[in-house]
Amino acid sequence: MRGILAQGAVLVGKGPKGPTSVGGGWFLAVAAVLFTIGIVGLLLRRNVLVMFMCIELMLNAVNLTFVTFARMLNDIGGQVVVFFIMVVAAAEVVVGLGIVVSIFRRRKIGATADSAVLLKG
Amino acid sequence: MVDWIVFLAGTLIALSGAIGVVTLPNPVHAALSLVLTLFGVAVLFVAQAAHFLAIVQIIVYAGAVVVLFLFVIMLLGVDRTESDLATEPLRGQRPAAAVIGVAALGLLLALSQVHLTIGATSTAGAADGPGTNVEKIADSVFTRYVFAFEITSVLLVIAVVGAVLLARKPRLQSAELTG
Repeated sequence: MRGILAQGAVLVGKGPKGPTSVGGGWFLAVAAVLFTIGIVGLLLRRNVLVMFMCIELMLNAVNLTFVTFARMLNDIGGQVVVFFIMVVAAAEVVVGLGIVVSIFRRRKIGATADSAVLLKG
Repeated sequence: MVDWIVFLAGTLIALSGAIGVVTLPNPVHAALSLVLTLFGVAVLFVAQAAHFLAIVQIIVYAGAVVVLFLFVIMLLGVDRTESDLATEPLRGQRPAAAVIGVAALGLLLALSQVHLTIGATSTAGAADGPGTNVEKIADSVFTRYVFAFEITSVLLVIAVVGAVLLARKPRLQSAELTG
């Protein structure tokens, strides 16, 4: 298991010369766990704001994956993509929270996803 | 050895914060746990020599996005503890979430550990080339990805206009009341 996880350094033949001696597979595994926690949270929670936070968790996991591949492939393009993802995520949060505020200003009950039942077809 | 300590510390911070986001019933506590996760991911960025992204992560995410979250939580007055974890509105949602979570974790872990056939490295520029991290990212953004960068500004303008439109108070009702 450890040999497989450490393959990131083997993949590009960098070894300890790179920024860290920890293999890229370990970072990818952490990103996978982070993404899964985001998925489970999105499915379990009913609070719209916490569901948004879980989406942010998933976005961060993907960012970590991109940065890890940027190191494994020695390509700065991965970090540029993360930069763009951060911009899009900020815009998404602004619009999403605007929608949440405009929905829940009219109804004073708790901000759960079940409060917006008018969206049901 | 130091690399492993940094990696394990960042991982521990990030994952404990993520579990806190999912399990803490109070949205304010969840938002503060999210800050913990963002800092942990920033540590993992620094460990992989992505210094610019680590700083942007802390400034934009922990500084702006989470503060926006807290603003909305306070504005809506949902900062009291709601038992949204105790109720299960859809029957069988918890088992479905567990199944999907285990399946996603297994799939992602398998995908992350598989031996990939990769193409050419450093097509957009070497990550360990000459210059600082910021200089290399700037070189790429303003040459190879300049069109995407310009489109980003359009996206931000649209987001700002949309947010103003959504958050504006409907003036129609007050006009009806006075008129």
